[in-house]
Amino acid sequence: MPYLMAGYPTPAQSGAAIEAALSVGVDLLELGVPYSDPLADGPVIHAAASEALRAGTRLADVLALLRAYGQAVPIILMVYANQLLARGVERFVGEAAQAGAAGLIVPDLPPEEAGELKEACAAAGLALAMLVAPNSGEARLARIGAVASGFLYAVSVLGTTGERSLEELRYREAIALARRAAPLPVAVGFGIASAAHAAAALQAGADGVIVGSRLVRALGEEGPAGVGAALAEIAAGLSGEVGASVGRGR
Amino acid sequence: MAGAIEQRFGPYGGRYVPETLVGALNELEQAWLEAREDPAFRGELAGLLRDFAGRPTPLYHAKRLSEALGGKVLLKREDLNHTGSHKLNNALGQALLAKRMGKRRIIAETGAGQHGVATATACALLDLECVVYMGATDVARQRPNVERMELLGARVEPVAVGAATLKEAVSAAIRDWVGNVETTHYVIGSAVGPAPYPALVRDLQRVIGDEARAQVLEREGRLPKRVVACVGGGSNAIGIFTAFLEDPVELVGVEAGGEGLASGRHGAPLSANGRPGVLHGSFSAVLQDEEGQILEAHSISAGLDYPGSGPQHAYLRDSGRATYTAVEDREAVAAFRRLCRLEGIIPALESAHALAWLEKVGASELDLVCLSGRGDKDLEVVLGLQRSGGERP
Repeated sequence: MPYLMAGYPTPAQSGAAIEAALSVGVDLLELGVPYSDPLADGPVIHAAASEALRAGTRLADVLALLRAYGQAVPIILMVYANQLLARGVERFVGEAAQAGAAGLIVPDLPPEEAGELKEACAAAGLALAMLVAPNSGEARLARIGAVASGFLYAVSVLGTTGERSLEELRYREAIALARRAAPLPVAVGFGIASAAHAAAALQAGADGVIVGSRLVRALGEEGPAGVGAALAEIAAGLSGEVGASVGRGR
Repeated sequence: MAGAIEQRFGPYGGRYVPETLVGALNELEQAWLEAREDPAFRGELAGLLRDFAGRPTPLYHAKRLSEALGGKVLLKREDLNHTGSHKLNNALGQALLAKRMGKRRIIAETGAGQHGVATATACALLDLECVVYMGATDVARQRPNVERMELLGARVEPVAVGAATLKEAVSAAIRDWVGNVETTHYVIGSAVGPAPYPALVRDLQRVIGDEARAQVLEREGRLPKRVVACVGGGSNAIGIFTAFLEDPVELVGVEAGGEGLASGRHGAPLSANGRPGVLHGSFSAVLQDEEGQILEAHSISAGLDYPGSGPQHAYLRDSGRATYTAVEDREAVAAFRRLCRLEGIIPALESAHALAWLEKVGASELDLVCLSGRGDKDLEVVLGLQRSGGERP
């Protein structure tokens, strides 16, 4: 599943990047809403958010992208807690749903704070994907599972190891935990930058893999064509039956 | 020190963080709950505060300033604390706690550099690895502190994204922590961040007010009428306020008014009283636009140049227990100079904000001001203004 930053490099050019991703053939698109302080995102995506904001990207531009592409592919909006609160949780969810979003993911909203959002998403027919970390204990898994819908996002804390087998092990750990939280599809993200990473995650049992920084960097360096090329390269490295699902890294 | 560790203060506080950090926050909370009841830990910290940091810090009757302001002003001399500010009280406590938790790597954010220096100092003392994130703008305007940190063995990582000041440094530190949470403790420098940090930092800084209260009762035989402190994230303020929360004493927090509240270029979310929001894991007063984008703060003092505020302060404001106001850059600079000439003390520009408020309203029969740090780090800025005829370069 590709992740792209809405409004990067500019609101006008953002659509071309999305089209490049769609042309490769993807099951789902994650679209970041640019935010001033994206603490769950790495430097590449943070820089893209800053540039998108400098180019004047506002929520209205994000909703326009949803309306333009939300029919062609399910789009999950990635948005931060303060952006929801500022707009009003119900209002934001309603606007996103009306514009054609398929779901939301809010990386700095733990399940304890997500009650109102869960209700709003359920009422609007939006999925609410939640993060599961390898150190999420039993009680947390239950809380996460009670709030999540659509899919679970298993985050593997990798550090800087390049060991393939070690990566696979941590993916397995994260995926196993996610499966205990709720009977939902599990996508793995964070640090997936190559076909090897993606293959390891899929072999470890992920239903999907999310690639972000790699694509955003390619977009910055090579334009929309770079997005398509990077996605195609990663897809080509995966085994046939899961080839179409490409994913995101941070 | 009994009682639970607050998750919230009224509606403020909470933990708005990625799932990866929740385990570490739970671990930290549990560790602090145990450590603060453990006589061995408390003894070790008290010993370091006494013999290494030089506590208790003096309570000084500023006679000439008092005369000039028509009242009686007592200064709590955190500028005399080792490393030159109150920051070490928190850094020492958290570094000791980190060691107790078995974490060998410490990260921190810093604005003016005082918290960075304090953390680097504690890490040198306790033999811990130290990485300090600092906005590139601040790296340039607080050069001596950068050099100090490096001398003390810390690595300073400039953060060049966005406004390249304190809020970006906090985000960079949080990002590092997400990636290294198992080996690393994040020493947050002020009373901000996800629970348990605001309570933890207050617990470590309350030594300021605990000492001052005992000192003022002994020397003056009474409580102060007002306790005044500058507020950036709010650690020195909550540190001096806490001992007096149940007393009939006015509490006044002074924020960075920058170029004036009306200009929009300031660092005064509590005074501006806009819609609260989430910043760096906590729900509190914050400077933001209509879509929730966090705005940059503007202040001549790097330590107050933060668009957020501690959640306990937001609660104290709303409940009426404390009032929050702001003074502008030029007023702080004038107060900085006054203290130099009248008392022979060079205050930090941050602390000068508290003094500037007293200059505006006049002193009462007994005011206690937290002099949160010394101003050697600010000479270039203040003298630069003087040379260019008072205009900001």
